Amino acid sequence: MEIDPFIFRLSIFILSIFVGYYVVWSVTPSLHTPLMSVTNAISSVIIVGAIIAALAGSSNNIFEISNIFGFLAIILAAVNIFGGFLVTQRMLQMYKKKKK
Amino acid sequence: MSANLSALFYLISGILFILALRGLSSPETSRRGNYFGIAGMAISIIVTFLSVGNFGSGFIYVLIFLVIGGSVGAFIAFRIPMTAMPELVAGFHSLVGLAAVFVAISAFLKPEAFNLGVVGNIKLASLIEMSLGAAIGAITFSGSIIAFLKLRGIMSGAPITFKGQHLINLILGLSILCLIYYLCSSQSTNIFWSIILISFLVGVLLIIPIGGADMPVVISMLNSYSGWAAAGIGFTLENTALIITGALVGSSGAILSYIMCKGMNRSFFNVILGGWGASDQTKTENNKEQKPVKNGNADDAAFLMKNASSVIIVPGYGMAVAQAQHALREMVDALKKNGVKVSYAIHPVAGRMPGHMNVLLAEANVPYDEVFELEEINNDFANCDVAYVIGANDVTNPIAKSDPQSPIYGMPVLDVEKSKSVLFVKRSLSPGYAGIDNDLFYRDNTLMLFADAKKMTEEIVKSL
Repeated sequence: MEIDPFIFRLSIFILSIFVGYYVVWSVTPSLHTPLMSVTNAISSVIIVGAIIAALAGSSNNIFEISNIFGFLAIILAAVNIFGGFLVTQRMLQMYKKKKK
Repeated sequence: MSANLSALFYLISGILFILALRGLSSPETSRRGNYFGIAGMAISIIVTFLSVGNFGSGFIYVLIFLVIGGSVGAFIAFRIPMTAMPELVAGFHSLVGLAAVFVAISAFLKPEAFNLGVVGNIKLASLIEMSLGAAIGAITFSGSIIAFLKLRGIMSGAPITFKGQHLINLILGLSILCLIYYLCSSQSTNIFWSIILISFLVGVLLIIPIGGADMPVVISMLNSYSGWAAAGIGFTLENTALIITGALVGSSGAILSYIMCKGMNRSFFNVILGGWGASDQTKTENNKEQKPVKNGNADDAAFLMKNASSVIIVPGYGMAVAQAQHALREMVDALKKNGVKVSYAIHPVAGRMPGHMNVLLAEANVPYDEVFELEEINNDFANCDVAYVIGANDVTNPIAKSDPQSPIYGMPVLDVEKSKSVLFVKRSLSPGYAGIDNDLFYRDNTLMLFADAKKMTEEIVKSL
């Protein structure tokens, strides 16, 4: 009997939850704000779906309603990707050690 | 690009995202971690372009929209003041939620683009995944908007409660599940839209009863939701990068919510059901202002601290509101010149989001190795001469250790009362968010400094 590919994805998902659990517990509390902004940035990888949606269908009619939702999602995700990574970078630059 | 090859690249992206979070275990490795995250994102986007393989006019539009969104994001990232981080993060969460909703709508309207079947006959599993993704995304969106409005001060931070609130939420939640069930049998577009609309409503109703100081939990929770929404879409699109990321973000937000709840000694449900402190406010109103307090000025404070050998600073949300972090750093520099040993004590729920105080202190060039978490520093108060409490209140209240009747009983607090003297910068004697009086105000070793946190700190700098 063949295994449904869904089961493989579910396995990846559950194992990733465990990885996330251990990785996040090891994050130092002083970096919890950058943690939130960077998780926010990486969850915008949803842009992958937005790109597929935007480019779907024939090329002579690229503004069908489903494409438009794709384009809108691209804008939202792009704000998040650039905003999220850059603001994280800006915060992390500020964390400095004592000058000795 | 073949589907297998792109799947491998998405896996690499996923691993880079794990390394991005791993980097945050210490400030030294964190910057490299952020680059891993950026690399993972770049790989995902490029691979998607290559595997769609459509470089016609649509591709140009995609690039244009990417640049528009990217510039807006970059502009915000550079301009935002660090004190506004909580509302920025809430705002960003709402965008992820809405993007998830849009992608789900698009997949529902044009399933063949995603290999999910055809309109009116979408694969059952995909239908469940996309409607769950859309529902969680919609809740994340509207909930984050409310959180944003509350944090920004556009909407009052006071909890909005009404009779039957929880019952309505429960009914709405169950109706979403029922609608998803009907959607699977009918494939009806109207039902799909209703699921999204009801979810928007649930998001609003879920966040309005939660008060301002519980925002650290709310933001963490919405962070978690945005992850689960992404994972739902990831299942629909059969995309490994998205599934891994969704799981990482979902568990990250959940852990942060847990840490925040523990910092207040409250259960997650207690916070979510909301309305804390609203009923206790009237009770304490009666017996306050009668007990004597010692009232001091900047010169007294400067004198006390200059002659101390060690000072611990306890910042709270009031410091963020008054933007007093830079003045505070100047004060500490002046004290250090006088040979005083200074460290900072941060309570887990100080501020409006996890790690809020640490970022503000870092912005003011405070070295992170002078900043300590509650467990690391709490024993040091007994040996310290002066505790300088600036903008914090409930997290220092000794009643949490002594009075089982108190709503904050059992909450871990900073033992500031054990230091030889306590300087309390506060605008008035009003109780904190929990609505209870702070016994610390009336102790013999406490000197109250009634002023705006920034002004008082600047005056102390002058008299030093």
